[in-house]
Amino acid sequence: MKTFLILGGGTGGTLMANKLAKRLDAHDWKIVVVDKDETHYYQPGFLFIPFGIYKPEDVVKQKRAFLPSNVEFIVSDIEKIEPAENRVVLKKDDRVLNYDTLLIATGTDIHPEEIEGMLDGGWHQNIFDFYTYAGTTALSQFLKKFNSGRLVFNVAEMPIKCPVAPLEFMMLADDYFVRRGIRSKVELVYATPLSGAFTKPRSSEALGGMLDKKGIHIEPDFAVSGVDSARNVISSYDGRELNYDLLVTIPTNMGADFIGRSGMGDDLNFVPTNKHTLQADKWPNIWVIGDAANVPASKAGAVAHFESDTLTENILHQIKGEPLEETFDGHANCYIESGHGKALLIDFNYDTEPLPGTYPLPVIGPFSLLKESVINHWGKLAFRWMYWNLIVKGRPMPVSTQMTMVGKRP
Amino acid sequence: MVALSDFKFDAEGYLVDPNTWTPELAQAIAERESVTLTERHWVVINYARGEYKAKGEAPTLRNITKNTDVDTKELYSLFPGGPGKKAAMVAGLHKPTGCI
Repeated sequence: MKTFLILGGGTGGTLMANKLAKRLDAHDWKIVVVDKDETHYYQPGFLFIPFGIYKPEDVVKQKRAFLPSNVEFIVSDIEKIEPAENRVVLKKDDRVLNYDTLLIATGTDIHPEEIEGMLDGGWHQNIFDFYTYAGTTALSQFLKKFNSGRLVFNVAEMPIKCPVAPLEFMMLADDYFVRRGIRSKVELVYATPLSGAFTKPRSSEALGGMLDKKGIHIEPDFAVSGVDSARNVISSYDGRELNYDLLVTIPTNMGADFIGRSGMGDDLNFVPTNKHTLQADKWPNIWVIGDAANVPASKAGAVAHFESDTLTENILHQIKGEPLEETFDGHANCYIESGHGKALLIDFNYDTEPLPGTYPLPVIGPFSLLKESVINHWGKLAFRWMYWNLIVKGRPMPVSTQMTMVGKRP
Repeated sequence: MVALSDFKFDAEGYLVDPNTWTPELAQAIAERESVTLTERHWVVINYARGEYKAKGEAPTLRNITKNTDVDTKELYSLFPGGPGKKAAMVAGLHKPTGCI
């Protein structure tokens, strides 16, 4: 009996367990999934919780419920991978798991401790993340009592999970304060390490003035040097200081600590991975899905879904000793909530930036690309159903795996 | 001395094709940006070029400061007004961008 070991039971790990359970011969292969906790969070929903659009219980389910019954599920922290020995050491009881093939699906987490002063007095008092369940639920409580003042939003450094989340957060904040009738008493400031809110030519052209119209001030090229929570000030290396009443942060995003301990990661503990085959650069029997990889694709669940087709085929090719497919094109497809019941949709890959046009989808489409519409917002809300019922179960989605130019205006 | 007019730059002054870059061109771009290149600038430029060759994109500030002996404060003094962008520009690489 051979072992297919999957580290991480989030979006990528769960959908691959479902796909491989159908494709690997159950007489020859046992599939094992390890995760540090039992709860599966619908992470795209974290964005909506602060504004009361989703309740916390809307985003929480049990991981086990989404894994096939013949897959073994182990709840434990991971100490390290020993790739030369083809084994993984768990923290729980120092258990050792040998594998024939390994899939790393342990995603990325926030590291507020990487920013000087971030975890001092203000953390989860008037400084919040919304990339964790604890952070987003605490922020929702804070916002209920926030009646006026300056909200500063900061992205510490790239890359981050869901790179459009800052835009969505700011536009939903505008919508939220309008709904509460206090928009004129709240200042919204978006401090980004990039040169602006939109950095691609076609997006800048189509959406350039969008945040301005909503009264959202951009502080570009803001490389955070530290937070002084005694003075409520966030500062940058070039000497700028922004005072805040509420600081919402996306701290440094890093891969799992055990990737670093195993000597398998880059500076941010992301695993060097072939961007077209999704095989780890150094180990032919190790594969990487989603946020854990260092590939220059967006860190998002939809991307993990598109990667899973290439991965499934390549894993089977590798087991049979066949040549690999270089089929993953960096395809990403993201709804961007823009508030007031509307959303945008972008669709792009490694080589093609988000373009305007239409995006064909059976039944409810077509959606408009790089442009606000009401139907795009419905698409975003329908995505939660697709996530639990199609994506994590490894079922086909009504969209193509590779990006298509159909409907796009180049 | 190379002539900047022999090369194609985008509207913001970044070299369109990073593969046409030469160390002489770095001198010329630096002059245009009022930066006087020293040995310390070259530590950053050479590292950035190496990262580009290996990964196809310009390195992040963290990547530069972790893998060279240049720290963040020094980077800002070497390339005032945004070292990520300026170092990429002088090294003939594209500006760091988001997905949109």
